Amino acid sequence: MEKKIRVLVAKPGLDGHDRGAKVIARALRDAGFEVIYTGLRQTPEQIAEAALQEDVNVVAMSILSGAHPHLFPKVVELVRGKGLTDALIIGGGVIPEGDIPALKEAGVAEVFTPGTNTADVVEFIKNNVKL
Amino acid sequence: MDIAKELLAGNRLALSKAITAIENEYEEATDIMRQLYPHTGHAYVLGITGPPGAGKSTMTEKVAKAYRDQGKTVGIIAVDPTSPFTGGAILGDRIRMNSLTLDEGVFIRSMGTRGSLGGLSHKTADAVKALDAFGKDIIIVETVGVGQSEVDIVKAADTTVVVLIPGMGDDIQAIKAGILEIGDLFTVNKSDLDGADKLVKEINMMLDLDSLMTDWRPPISKVVASRGEGIDLLLADVEKHRSYIEGNGELNRRRTKRAKDELLDILSAGIEKRIKEKTEGRMDGFVESLKKRETDPYSLVSDLMGEMLK
Repeated sequence: MEKKIRVLVAKPGLDGHDRGAKVIARALRDAGFEVIYTGLRQTPEQIAEAALQEDVNVVAMSILSGAHPHLFPKVVELVRGKGLTDALIIGGGVIPEGDIPALKEAGVAEVFTPGTNTADVVEFIKNNVKL
Repeated sequence: MDIAKELLAGNRLALSKAITAIENEYEEATDIMRQLYPHTGHAYVLGITGPPGAGKSTMTEKVAKAYRDQGKTVGIIAVDPTSPFTGGAILGDRIRMNSLTLDEGVFIRSMGTRGSLGGLSHKTADAVKALDAFGKDIIIVETVGVGQSEVDIVKAADTTVVVLIPGMGDDIQAIKAGILEIGDLFTVNKSDLDGADKLVKEINMMLDLDSLMTDWRPPISKVVASRGEGIDLLLADVEKHRSYIEGNGELNRRRTKRAKDELLDILSAGIEKRIKEKTEGRMDGFVESLKKRETDPYSLVSDLMGEMLK
């Protein structure tokens, strides 16, 4: 059987807007991935633990509240700490251009901002995921 | 990482990796299962099934919590459908189980059906064994939202709970064949809605007419899972069923049948694989000669069987 790409779509922090996360989840499903969606208002600890239990290849976070400089690096740290050393970690949402270099520095492989074509997200995952 | 050894030592990442190996049919999966098998057979497997939106995930969370309060550890396999068109899936059962995520005594794994039609994935049984070997006391298997005839859960579970909700159809639905025949117990969720009592009556009527019934009559509990109401009653029913089937040998019979079915399944899968290997590259030729009527499928199969059993 082919190796299936498993993606955790996660909403860290307190904003209650998950339309974007759901659109991404749907696009990834249609690309043939298994998408685990855990719902709103997840702590970094919950996201990392879910990533471990589900043995995902990708963690895709969405934040619209501005808390990304704190939460994205925290999730990266905790996911790596769980031993998921190969998992591809990406983020998206309302993220100012100026913040992106620091997020990448912290281990977020790519950051997708509003207007991104979902096909680009799929392509990025396919090209960078480690199975 | 030596996955089986680490799993048996209590490493959660190893458990997770083992289930991935099982699901993806990695080469090492057979070896892992071989090492885990002697450590299985201790967990009690509870199946939760019912139509989409009946509240199976919410109920699973509440039931798991209740077992945790009793000091038992819990493993959960939550199955959601895989798209037959793209192979993708949205596995959303965890949304209802967030309160369990950080409890180290609980391990939740979501699985896509990946082409299986019985309400489970082909690999659910092996994933259950991995959780069992890991040492979970109770394993809850939540099926996909089922329609009427996805009844594989009875093969995997010791006790099967059928979750129903009011307003899904008239009483003729209750006498049809399928999932209503497999409940060791029934639970009416969202029982604060209109029609709950009527539904209980209809299930009772269906049970009254059941000529195959043993001296176990499936009890019916009324639950509002989202508020946790009635979960204690449901759990009491589960315990009643458990001691009933433990007492009269039925649990033993179910597990014997499961072991046999499993052996036959693995054997068939092995034979199928062998057939594929043996006929590799020759299939087109066979089909051609059949079309030309140079031979017939019956003689061909008989020849090939001879070849394979050598």
